[in-house]
Amino acid sequence: MRTTNNNPTTSGCDRSMVLEILEYGFIQRALLSGVVIASTCSFVGCFLVMRRLALFGDGIAHVAFGGIAAGLFMGTYPMGTAFAAAVLGSLGLQKLRASAKIPGEIAVAITLVSGLSAGVILTSMSGGFTVDLFSFLFGSIILVGTVDTIMILAVSAAVCVILAVLYRRFLFITFNEEMARLSGINTTALNYLFVALAAVTVVAAMRLTGILLITSLIVLPAITAARLNRSFRTTVIMSVIMSSSAVVGGIMLSYVLDWAPSGTIVFILVANLILVHVGYKVLHWRRPPVPQSRLAAPS
Amino acid sequence: MSRPVVRVSDLTVRYGSVLAVDSISLNVDEGQILGVIGPNGAGKTALFRAILGLNPYRGHVELFGQRPEAHKHIRPFIGYVPQKMGFEFNMPMTVSDVVSVGLVNTKAAGRGAALIERGKFHRVSMAGERAGKSERVAKALEAVDLGHLTDRRIGSLSGGELQRAFIAMALVKDPLLMILDEPATSMDVRSRESFYSIIRKANRKHGITVVLSLHDLDPLREHTDSVVCMNRKLCFHGDTDKFFADASCVKMYTEAVLHDAHHQQQPYHVRM
Repeated sequence: MRTTNNNPTTSGCDRSMVLEILEYGFIQRALLSGVVIASTCSFVGCFLVMRRLALFGDGIAHVAFGGIAAGLFMGTYPMGTAFAAAVLGSLGLQKLRASAKIPGEIAVAITLVSGLSAGVILTSMSGGFTVDLFSFLFGSIILVGTVDTIMILAVSAAVCVILAVLYRRFLFITFNEEMARLSGINTTALNYLFVALAAVTVVAAMRLTGILLITSLIVLPAITAARLNRSFRTTVIMSVIMSSSAVVGGIMLSYVLDWAPSGTIVFILVANLILVHVGYKVLHWRRPPVPQSRLAAPS
Repeated sequence: MSRPVVRVSDLTVRYGSVLAVDSISLNVDEGQILGVIGPNGAGKTALFRAILGLNPYRGHVELFGQRPEAHKHIRPFIGYVPQKMGFEFNMPMTVSDVVSVGLVNTKAAGRGAALIERGKFHRVSMAGERAGKSERVAKALEAVDLGHLTDRRIGSLSGGELQRAFIAMALVKDPLLMILDEPATSMDVRSRESFYSIIRKANRKHGITVVLSLHDLDPLREHTDSVVCMNRKLCFHGDTDKFFADASCVKMYTEAVLHDAHHQQQPYHVRM
């Protein structure tokens, strides 16, 4: 969803312009909900990426699409049906992984196409794509209302508190599930809880980046931070900082350049990933050792 | 009198139609180091996993006098190092992070302690009963000679260092029993010596009962108190001295291993 740029001077983003941007209520809501949900996504994302479930967000977002289509079809609040569909889809995905011994990426693919096909059928039954449906596909953080902001804050608070309380257990399961089970941890229950938490996070974040770009908030900050850190705790902290900064920068930049906010946020995260990887390579580049035979050869 | 920490009777494990362990019965006494030998595919890993409750089985297993399924609280008192620990190689975790996750679930360990107390099993804390988390992690890393690699990323360790880190992860919770599945396979000669001295020390100093599978006869003779030789069925179970005194046992094992090496497709069955 593109915004209207009222400021003709787009060449310089000076202090007065920043203050002017911050005066708008929709920008304040966008920044608050954006920073909070992006931080939650990157917290959850650190676990998902290390569990090789990087595309979990994509799969669940497509299931949520089916839920939104169902909500619009029935004329109810679409976010409610999206949450229900996402949680059920995530539990089904976990059941597929655990019972049928299906690898994570295949379980995600099965869940993704199931949810998407349901959504497409319901959409065709209700007369095709509407503006509402498009806003969920591509994100519309500028249009986030007070109810959405409260929903995002509540979901993020609940997810972060549960993750923080059970942090060490989730970390152990992420490192090696069998060893965690052997230590007496109820890995089955915690796995179902974790996917449900990740699912509600994904649905809450759909307002920010949309269904099609949700994976970016989960994967990009986590893998960028993991490249720079040795410990999991600092990786989580750095990924939260990176995603929050990208949201603030993306919303500001999208206002100034008249770009789509969701695309701009993802663009910043991708640029950050490339810069970090190139910078890391340059800093850790070592000149290859000269072969002994060449050293010994007469000049 | 020492009591059996592990009691297995008539244990059978099947993987689909494949019979991995066939009616094995054995005891592991408290404070012992038990070496389990057998050719590849003899069912050593299947036996360990059944004892730990990780695989379904038929028969009877008791740990510290308790059925493991009935008392999950005793699990924190068992340190297990599998043949190959699967983990995400790029996981941002330091060596001390990995060792400290071994301390998770202390509440269950507390409940298990009451069960262990009733069984009067001997338990010595490596870092002292009142030691904090970081102190316990440091002691465990020190015990496996990895004190200098505390802040190294786990994925950057060599095979031998990784194995020692996992042993520290098992040691940090002050286990009463350690089950090690071919722990020295990826180690060079020097690391193997160091590893066996660590195990010996944990056993002698802290009273930890150790069950380990191995292929080499020299460390079996030097470092174990008793031996289980198996090839799906139990071939020998008794003192290490008796195993080596009986030339037929050693010959039987050597032949089984040699046969296995030459005829991977046709499993050899040792006859008692």
